[in-house]
This record gives sequence, C-alpha cells and structure tokens, in this order.
Amino acid sequence: MVATNSMNRTSAAMQTTSDEALIERIAAGDKLAMQVLFARHQVRVYRFVLRLVRDQSVAEELVGEVFLDVWRQAGRFEARSTASTWLLAIARYKALSALRRRTDQELDDDKVATIEDPGDSPEVAVLKKNKGDVLRQCLTALTPEHREIIDLVYYHEKSVEEVAQIVGIGENTVKTRMFYARKRLSELLKAAGIDRGWP
Amino acid sequence: MTTYDQTPERQEIEALLPWHATGTLAERDAQRVEEALAQDRELSRRYALVREELAATVRLNDALGAPPAGAMERLMLRIEAESPTGRSRQALGGLADWLAAQVGRLSPRALAFSIAAAVAVIIVQAGLLATFSITRYDAGGFQTASMPRSGEIGIGFVPGANAADITKFLDTYHLTIVEGPRPGGLFMIRPESAPLPKDGLDQLVRRIQQESRIVRFAAVEE
Repeated sequence: MVATNSMNRTSAAMQTTSDEALIERIAAGDKLAMQVLFARHQVRVYRFVLRLVRDQSVAEELVGEVFLDVWRQAGRFEARSTASTWLLAIARYKALSALRRRTDQELDDDKVATIEDPGDSPEVAVLKKNKGDVLRQCLTALTPEHREIIDLVYYHEKSVEEVAQIVGIGENTVKTRMFYARKRLSELLKAAGIDRGWP
Repeated sequence: MTTYDQTPERQEIEALLPWHATGTLAERDAQRVEEALAQDRELSRRYALVREELAATVRLNDALGAPPAGAMERLMLRIEAESPTGRSRQALGGLADWLAAQVGRLSPRALAFSIAAAVAVIIVQAGLLATFSITRYDAGGFQTASMPRSGEIGIGFVPGANAADITKFLDTYHLTIVEGPRPGGLFMIRPESAPLPKDGLDQLVRRIQQESRIVRFAAVEE
C-alpha cells in the first residue's frame, strides 16, 4: 500500500516534469520517465508520421521505433532544441526512410488499399460540402513536402527555427516553402471553385 | 487577381503570418506584424485566410485519431528486452541457441570427432598450465622444479600433521615447497631466501629434524 502510494506520488510528480528533465531521467534508465514522455507525445508523433506515410500500421510501427530511439539515444539529446522538436526530427527521418523503402518495393494491392483515399476530387467535393471540408480535402491533396511544412507550422506550432531544425533546411527556405505550400493550396481551392483572391 | 503592391518589407511580414497565427514569432517580429496588420486591410484579409488554413489543419490532424491501445506496453516490452539484464539474457540465450544449432547440425561421427578434439585441446592446455605452474625463475634461468637440484631438502611429514601445522612450520623456518608429494609422501622444500651453502643447508636440516611433532623425515637432496 505504502509502495503503491509512493509510486503514485512519483508518477504524479513526473507528470509536471519538463520534457527535458524526463529525457535526462530516461538517459539514466528511468522507465517511468519514458512512459510519461510517451504518453505526452505519442499522439502528435503518430499524427505527424501518419500524414507523411498515409498508412496506419506503418505509422504505429514508426511511433514505436521513434520512442525506442529516444530510449537508446536520450544521452545524446542536447537541449538546444525542445524535446518535441527532437522527437519530430526523429519521426520525420523514420517516416522518410519508410517511404523510401516503400518506393523501392512494389506496392502491393493490400498496401494500396490502406493508403488514405483522397475520395472525390476537390471539384466534386465543393458541390456537396462546405468550405472547411474542401479546405481539408485540398490540404490532403498537397505533396508530402507541402503537407509536412503546413502541419509543422499550423498543427505542431513550430517556429521558423524549429522547422528548419526538423526538416534540415535554412530558415529562409522554411519561409519560402511555406509560402509555396499555401500558394499551392490556394490553387487547389480555386480549382475546386473557391477563389480566395490570393495570391 | 489582386493588384497588391508589396514592398520587400511587406512581403517579409506577409511571410511571417502563419507563425504569427500560432504565436511562435519572436516578440519583435510579432510586434512588426501587429503594426502592419493595423495599417493594411489587405494584409488583414490575408491573415484571415491564414487563420482558416490553421483551423482546417488542426481539424484535419485531430481527426486522424491516436495509436491503438497497448502501444505503450509494446514499447516497454521492447525496452525491457534492451535493458542490461535483458541484453545479457538475450546474449546468453543467443549463445546457447547457437551452440545447440551447431551441435544439431553435426552427424554422430562429426560430433564424436568434435568431442575428441575438444578433449585433446583440454589435455594440452592442462599440460601447459601444469608446466607453467611448476616453473620458476632461478639465477640460471627457467627450470622445472621436478629436475633434481642442489640446495633442496627432501622432507616427509608425520601422518597426523595437518595443513595448518605444516604451514606454520614452513613459515617458522622460511621454507617453501617446490615439489611434491612424490611417491611415499616426500616433498621437496628449500629456503625462501638465496640458496644456502652446503654447511648451512646441513645445519638447517638438523634443526628441522628436531621438529618430531611434525617432521617424520628430512635430508639434503644430493
């Protein structure tokens, strides 16, 4: 009973511990810290990876790989970036490696079936859905490179500098790529019948 | 098509709008954007487009769901397998599996040859170890202690002498056993210090012969 209470207190205290402190503990072999970090970030990492690989089972597998890497490499974490930026950088590397493997192999029918189906074309979708739905449809239709930067900025709330760290490009390139991703999004919307008057 | 004349500075500020919407700009940049938005209606309209994109992206991602239950358990199992205990267990298991696989592949004859070879290796190694253990350095170089040498004393202990008694006796006279027991229970001993001259050795033998409680027999090795 006493041991359970003590563990609960430890777990509760861990919930308020910063990511960076958790990673320090993980580097020392603390498995409870690993569980807290996983619980805190697994959903974001999963969604980021899923948007890139578009395959749920692959995404699930990659999330495990990402956190296993964290366990193995926690001692190498440098607090120059935030923990979530570090996690997304690892996740991105894993996702791109998986995509390369998949490109190298012949996509079999089963695999194709699990990849997100874009469904109706934006033109058709606009006829039966509202603007928000079409916008999401067009976001899905972007290239992986454009999806990635849109997600990092809007969903993962990464700064210019952090996106540069995750993607491995210069800060000016980050701004330029974001601009072209948004420009492409507007073009898709226009093709779907929604002219935003920009660019 | 909008005819919106943009200066380089305005273009730079417009490029920052997505980050302004998420609040990830540095304070100085955020202030520049705020000032520009307050003065420029077209920029404000474009900022509204950015906010639409932001909302749609968040909704799209939130709809993606979460990893299935049990993901953490699976991760912790993998981590457990990598812990030092798990790793050594894996290594031992791996070695055992490897040995079992190698033995399993051998025919009965090959297995017999392997065992014979292993026994031969063990015998050779035992011989080498025995040789090294009884070899010692002397002024003349390395020699085996089994060779007859001058300066040594042959000694037999009484049947009831135990190890403690013998050890105490050797310490008292600063002697060391260099060989034995030979047939008949004879040991070869010598002084721990430099070899004694013949007279000194005879004198030492006479002294230890007095230790009848423990010494049954003692004589200089000729």
